[in-house]
Amino acid sequence: MQDGVSIDIRDYSLWYGKFQALLGVSAQIKRGIITSLIGPSGCGKTTLLRSFNRINERYGNVTTQGHITILGKNILDSDVSVAALRKRVGMVFQRPNPLPISIYENVVFGMKSHLPQAERPRAVLDQAVESALREVSLWDALKDGLDRRATELTLEQQQKLCIARLLPLKPDIILMDEPCSALDASGIERIEELITELKRTFTIVMVTHNMAQARRASDECIFMLMGEIIEHTPTLDMFMNPQNSKTAAYIEGRYG
Amino acid sequence: MTERTPSRGWRAALSSAADWIEKPIEALIRACGWSSIVLVAAIFCFVFWYAAPLLPHIDWFGTDGFFTSTHWHAKEREGATYGVLAMIVGNFAVALVAMVIAIPCGLAAAVYISEFAGPRSKEWFKVGIEILAAIPSIVWGFIAITMIGPLLIKYAGATMGTNLLNGGIVLGLMSIPLIVSLAEDSLRAVPDSFREAAMALGANRWEIVYRVLFPAARSGLLAACMLGVGRAIGETMAVLLATGNKNQIPTSLTDPITTLTATIASEMGDAEAGSPHSQSLFTIGLLLLVITCAINLTANLVIRGNKRASSN
Repeated sequence: MQDGVSIDIRDYSLWYGKFQALLGVSAQIKRGIITSLIGPSGCGKTTLLRSFNRINERYGNVTTQGHITILGKNILDSDVSVAALRKRVGMVFQRPNPLPISIYENVVFGMKSHLPQAERPRAVLDQAVESALREVSLWDALKDGLDRRATELTLEQQQKLCIARLLPLKPDIILMDEPCSALDASGIERIEELITELKRTFTIVMVTHNMAQARRASDECIFMLMGEIIEHTPTLDMFMNPQNSKTAAYIEGRYG
Repeated sequence: MTERTPSRGWRAALSSAADWIEKPIEALIRACGWSSIVLVAAIFCFVFWYAAPLLPHIDWFGTDGFFTSTHWHAKEREGATYGVLAMIVGNFAVALVAMVIAIPCGLAAAVYISEFAGPRSKEWFKVGIEILAAIPSIVWGFIAITMIGPLLIKYAGATMGTNLLNGGIVLGLMSIPLIVSLAEDSLRAVPDSFREAAMALGANRWEIVYRVLFPAARSGLLAACMLGVGRAIGETMAVLLATGNKNQIPTSLTDPITTLTATIASEMGDAEAGSPHSQSLFTIGLLLLVITCAINLTANLVIRGNKRASSN
């Protein structure tokens, strides 16, 4: 595995029951940058994203083949602890989904799952909440109401909270499944700023339907079609000079 | 009205016929809707009507008082007393024992069915729960006498098989299906995105249950438990057979007891219509109605209050 590669995908196939959603895809996703997965609906981009933390296995009828190497380990091996994997690979969803508990408890939810009681005294948790909320610039707005239910926040705040709750676990990779699609224009702008901010610390993989967003916010793009990776290049190259005619057609909006 | 073309004529005729039918149907549906409220009110009035002649003569809080004594001598023609304290205590005691059994079992079963069982076994469990709910209470009474009673004599050191514990066990078993199906409904109503969020943070299934689903479904689970309590308090036949029907305040789990419901059921047959005895039984009925209505109302308020809190 090359240095600087965060997620190494080799000949990875995935079936939902009898339907093959991914047809032996390979790619190296680089560390410390934002990579966008783009392509029309049903092309397999979300399926690929949800493979990186193995959350698409929850429906039970999923079979896979190939390798996905994260931090030097094939995460598809049967001896991999999914809890430990998900600690290293956080996820932000399409619709903000804070848990129906307090803001404070949302932020420390992961810590309480992964750390034994002795390693998380109240002071440590308090500190983690403050620094996570500062990181997503929610601290000043929320510090006086950390006991409020997280589901009472605005959508933009909810999505920021969903990012903040990943931070105390110190993940290496953050997966984002259309993180802005439920937000209005100003919300999108601020979440994109935040994502750009985060890339200094994390590897970010983002699924998006929004070409403009992929172009604005990401460093590399992977274009997928019908369960295959068609093209994987730096974002500018993909938009200025697509190599594949299908990529060109999609980017120009001839299908989607 | 302007001139009509032929086609508009029959359409207009049809729509006026539809209007004509619409009105009575609407009235009928409205009546059906109101009937539930009217019936509840009517039942209250009916029970009150039959209890009313005695109410001014009842001593409520004295030495032989209704709420304060255990002296139930309602059949006496001279110097009858109407103390139902032992029945109230018995009623709540047996319901408490029942809930100690039914709430943990019911919630655990609901969690299993909604979160752990596969899709096919889930259907089987649901059918099983429904059948359990359909067993007539008199059959539970038989089970109490013939199976649970001897076991209690053998293993719990009871002198009589029919007692508080027996009643509690039977009532618990009877309340479980109600609690399971209501609790399962409310767990299923928790949006899947919550499960996914917790899962993506690395939580295991148990953590998802007690750190996400229980808080999220809290109101529904509470309501399930409260309706279970309501069921336990209102149940009659099985309790009459299982508790030993003895008018005393229990001091241990194996004491025979009686309840408000069991007293009505066992004495109503002997009570002469319109006699003070019959009126006193209706008074007990009135008390029961108030208790069960209060429980159901509280359950509803709990659900509504929490819905409001979570929809914000």
